[in-house]
Parts: sequence; C-alpha cells; structure tokens
Amino acid sequence: MSQSQSIIRVENLGKKYDIGNKQQERYQSLRDVITNKVKSAFSKPQKNTTSKEFWALKDINFDIQQGDRVGIIGRNGAGKSTLLKVLSRITEPTTGSIAIKGRIASLLEVGTGFHPELSGRENIFLNGAILGMGRKEIKSKFDEIVDFSEVEKFLDTPVKRYSSGMYVRLAFAVAAHLEPEILIVDEVLAVGDSKFQKKCLGKMGEVSSQGRTILFVSHNTTFVRNLCNKGIWLDRGQIKQTGSTTEVINSYLSSMHDQTFDENSELHNTLNRRGNGDVRFSKILITDKNDIESSDFLSGQDIKFNFEAKINKNLSSLSVCMMFKSPTGEIVTSTPLKDISIFLETNKKDYFISFSILLEKNPFRAGEYEMYFWLGESNEKFFDLVDSVLPPLQITTDKEEKELGYNPAAPYGFFDINTHILSSK
Amino acid sequence: MKSNNSSNYDLFIKAGQTESNYWKDLWRYRELFYILTWRDLKVRYKQTVLGIAWSVIRPLLTMIIFTIVFSGVAGLPSEGNAPYAVMVYVGLLPWQFFANALSESSNSLVSSANLISKVYFPRLIIPTASIITACVDFFISFILLLFLMLIYQYVPSWKIIFLPFFLIIAFLAAFGVGLLLTAMNVKYRDFRYIIPFIIQFGVYISPIGFSSNIVYEKLGKKMIDMNMPWLTEYLTTLYALNPMVGVIDGFRWSIIGNAQMNWVMFGISIAMCLLILVYAIYYFRKTEKTFADII
Repeated sequence: MSQSQSIIRVENLGKKYDIGNKQQERYQSLRDVITNKVKSAFSKPQKNTTSKEFWALKDINFDIQQGDRVGIIGRNGAGKSTLLKVLSRITEPTTGSIAIKGRIASLLEVGTGFHPELSGRENIFLNGAILGMGRKEIKSKFDEIVDFSEVEKFLDTPVKRYSSGMYVRLAFAVAAHLEPEILIVDEVLAVGDSKFQKKCLGKMGEVSSQGRTILFVSHNTTFVRNLCNKGIWLDRGQIKQTGSTTEVINSYLSSMHDQTFDENSELHNTLNRRGNGDVRFSKILITDKNDIESSDFLSGQDIKFNFEAKINKNLSSLSVCMMFKSPTGEIVTSTPLKDISIFLETNKKDYFISFSILLEKNPFRAGEYEMYFWLGESNEKFFDLVDSVLPPLQITTDKEEKELGYNPAAPYGFFDINTHILSSK
Repeated sequence: MKSNNSSNYDLFIKAGQTESNYWKDLWRYRELFYILTWRDLKVRYKQTVLGIAWSVIRPLLTMIIFTIVFSGVAGLPSEGNAPYAVMVYVGLLPWQFFANALSESSNSLVSSANLISKVYFPRLIIPTASIITACVDFFISFILLLFLMLIYQYVPSWKIIFLPFFLIIAFLAAFGVGLLLTAMNVKYRDFRYIIPFIIQFGVYISPIGFSSNIVYEKLGKKMIDMNMPWLTEYLTTLYALNPMVGVIDGFRWSIIGNAQMNWVMFGISIAMCLLILVYAIYYFRKTEKTFADII
C-alpha cells in the first residue's frame, strides 16, 4: 500500500438522510413531536410509514495522494456537495470513515460569514478567520488580498454598499489566499466574471504547484479539465469512475448526451412533470450549427435546440417556448411562444414530431444557464414543462467581458434572443 | 492494522464516533471565537441612536419601576442596610445579564445557519461568543451601580472581593441554560416563543424586586397560617432550584454589608446550575453533529 503518500483516505463512506412528509421543513416543531409520540403510543408501531431513507452517498472509497488536484463531477444531486460537506466535517457520515493528513480548509461558498454592516477591511479578517486563517496570517497577506480584490478604494465602506461584483471579488480574494495543505472547493466559481474566474483558477493552480492537494467540484468541465489531474465521477451517491481527468470527463460527458435517450432520465419520467400531458417532450438535444452535440458554447456562437415530442391527443395547435435562468437565478431571457402547429398531423394521435430551434449568435455572458422548455397551446393551457434541464447550458468567453461591452459587476438583466424554428432537421 | 492506519493521520472521522480532538479543536479555533465576539459587539448597536447607552437605560428604568412597586406600593423592606434602589439594582445586574445572555445565545445558532452549513468549527463557539457580548453590557451597567452607590452615599461591604466568584456562577448559569436552549432551538423552533416567556416568568420567580429572605419569611408564616408548616421546606427548595436565586443572593451578600444569606438554599441553587451546565454541554455535543443537516 502506498500508505505514506495517501493524504485523504475514505472507506465505505455513506450518508443517509431521512426524507418523508417533513421534506419542506427541515426543523421540527415540538407539537409535531408530541402529537407523533402520542399517536404512536395509542397505535401499533408502524415502521417507516412517514419517513423514507435516502442515501446521498453510499459505499464511497477512494484515496487521494499528496499534490493531487481532484475534480469531482456529476449531475445535480449526485452527492458531490454532500461528499464535500462530510469531508470538511460540516456533517457527520452515517457509515464508514475518513482519515485526513494535514490542515484542511473548505470553501463551499464565497463570502461565508460576511457581515453587511462591517467594512471590507473588517470582513477580510472575519472571513479569513472563518476559513481557518490566523490573525497573523491574514495580516501578512492583507495587502495581497486587497490587491487581488481590486476594491482598495472602498476598504472602509460597509460591504452592504458594495456592488455584487465587488462583493464577490473581495470574497474570492480572501479565499484565494488560503494556504492549507488540503483545499476543498465547491462550485464557487460559478459566479463572478470570467476574467476574475481565470485569476482565481490561476491562483489555485499556483497553490497546487506547491504540493498542496485540491478537491474541486464544478459543473464546468472546462474548469475541471484545466485545473485537475484526477477525476471522480459521482452518480446517485456512488462512485461511477475514477481516473485521469480527461478519461473521467469524457465518459461523464458522453453519458450526459445519452441521458436524453436514457429510459431512466427525467425526460421519460413523466410523473412529476407539470402540464396536462397531451404532449410530452421525448428528446431534447443541444448541438451547434453543424449538429455536433455539446453543452459548452462560446458566447456569440449559434446554438441549435433539437426536440422530439410525443403527441398523445388529437391536436390542432401547438406552441413551444424556451426560457433561460442566469447563474444567479433570474430569468434572463425567453423566446415568445413559437407556433409549431405545422408539424401536427390532422386527426391523429400517439405520434412523434421533431423540430429544431436555432438561436443565432447567442448573446449570453459567461456562466451556466438553466434551461426550461415548454409546450402548450396558449399561456393558459400548457401540455408540458421541463424544468432545469441537465446539463445546464455552459457559456464561456474567450474575450474579457469589458471588451464585449458588458459591465462585469452589473446584474444579468433581461435581454432578447434571436431564434427561429427550422422547418426540418 | 486499523489503529496503525489512523495514527498516521491527523484527523480520523468515523461514523457515530465522537471526535477525540474536539476540545483541542476548541483551542485551535480560539481566533475565530475572538473575532466572532468582536463582530457581535461591533454590530450590536449599529443603526441605533442611543447605542451602548441602552445597556444602562434598561436596568435603570426597571430599577425605578421595581423600587416604586415593591418598596413604595407593596412596602417590602430592603435587605440589610441598603437603600431599596441599590438592593434592586444589585439583583437586576445578574438578572439582566442572564436574560440578555439567554435571548442572545438562544438565537445565535439559528441566525448563523449559513455559517454552520458551510464551514466546520466547534459549534460551541457561537453561543459562547454571544454570551460574551452580554458580559460587556453587564460591565457597563455595573458602572451605573457605582454611581448609584455614590448618590446614596452607600459603602459596599468588604465582601465585594467575592463578587468575581458570583459573577462566574452567573456566567455558568447563563451559559448552561443558553447552551441548552440554543441547541433545542435548532431542532424545535418553538423555543423562539418559549424563551421570552421564560425571561418574563423569571422576573417573578427570582428575587429581583424583593429579597429572598422576604420570601422565606412570608412563606413560612403563610404555611403556619394554613396549618401546613411541613410544606415550607419543599416550597423553599423548589424556589431555590432556580439557579438565579443563588446568583442574585450571592451578589447581594457580597455587596450589601449585613445581608442575610441562606447557605443551604444557595447550595441547592448552585448545584442546580452546575447540573444544567453539565447536561447542556452533553446535549449540545450530542446534537451538534446534526446541526448542519437540520438547521
């Protein structure tokens, strides 16, 4: 066993959550507890009628060597964040064990503990301490942090007066100067402009070249590819593959593209979908103009959305609509209802139609966009709605945002997109 | 083999096992404790006009009201040779500290939910830091006591040198109850409503506006009147189970020269206070690991 170099060793790790009818409320009320106790005292014990077990992580085993930069990838809900939380001791595992050598720092969110009333200067110390830096350490790096954050002018202003961009930059700057032996980073780079993201990645790369170990979670496979040398692919709480970054990412991505055809995928799980079900999406495929599948696009590129839908009823009118949400969660753009009635056949039901929408020169800024697809007749009557399709649309830029005419600190705002229906594939 | 493995690592996390290095961690995270305390103090009176003056105004007004009601209206005697106002204020000091500490600490974990779900540190730090802010208020209102004694030309007893000891007990009482309530509040938000009630209720069952000796005396007489003198002992013991009874009596004993002190009752109070503290730490440590999941 190459015991001497292993810096993190995870054995049989599992984390179970009880989910049940209390799903909406994470905390209980005393009244519920009392009424439940009383109820169970008077009735025969029924096992697990209300609560359901959910294993967020199961049978996780891996070893991480010193100096490894490990990218953890997987779909939403695959257990990535839970794994990081268990590793950083925020929550306790249900089974198994973890052994860690060296000082560990985790960055699951930028600006954790920032207090709006305190000035930038004060928040640097506060946030630094929360992330595990000592006062001396922060003091010695203070100038570097301020330099990195580019907010020196506002250092004595309460951060509640900061723009969101300034806030994020300051928070990143503190985090980027963490120098533990092991650094755990969750999806934090999803916000912030691309230039700043690059700066942070550069900083992290620098850190790892000094022999430090990094665990990195991101949806952005480009980031993972650039930063990491090893990959762990999590799927439904279990490890699907480990290996070199390229290997793992490639098989992850190809599985993603298969997802749309996979019987188990959400698209086929029509049970918890909204809409009356007269029409259901059966296939959604995102490609570039030359029909090559991708979920990563450059800002300004053409994107083609290819759909297949099943018509379950005899219909005479049908429209489609797409909507996009920004990394910060606002709706940034949507298409008008686009009439696709011409694809329908008269007096027929139970058949498939396919159509494509071309989005010309996408005006998206760098980031991840959640996509929503809608089928219906009118605003009042809709047949199907697919929420936050996975993977999200990934937009990167090769230019700085300022060159593209954006103010990186400005919110995303609503904009129009130029789309049209292609008559056939 | 297994133990061999773990000895090579600095940290070993195992399901269902309490961490052995918890107390060491507490020490390692002391800087975070300092800075959280500092933050709590700093933002405490932000956007208030009177600011820190509130920690003087509140006990002062309460003292005036209590003096009027208990001495003026009810005609109760003071303790020893102290003016009634001084006696009330000496009792109010630890009580206000206790009440502040309780309301600050009980909410501390819930209001730091984002910290708890994103970063590891011994959770004990948060309620402790919030109790320290209540200490600062205590010292400020203590200065007012000195002024009050100056106005009444009242010289405190030499026994005041024991005051720090009672202060520590006050701290432990607040710490114990605060810790227990904050941990329970994470799971059962009912405590949001229970805590103000406890504080309101406490004002009447603790010797704040009156002295404990009055309680023992009147209670004894009443029981004899009712022909149940045997009940007196149980009732006074019940009264003394309130940890604040011991704390307030101790404060009065050390400041007011010829104050009477029932040491048995004091002992019961202190024992209760320590019992709560031990249970609170046990309960806190037991539930702490699940905070991130349920908060």
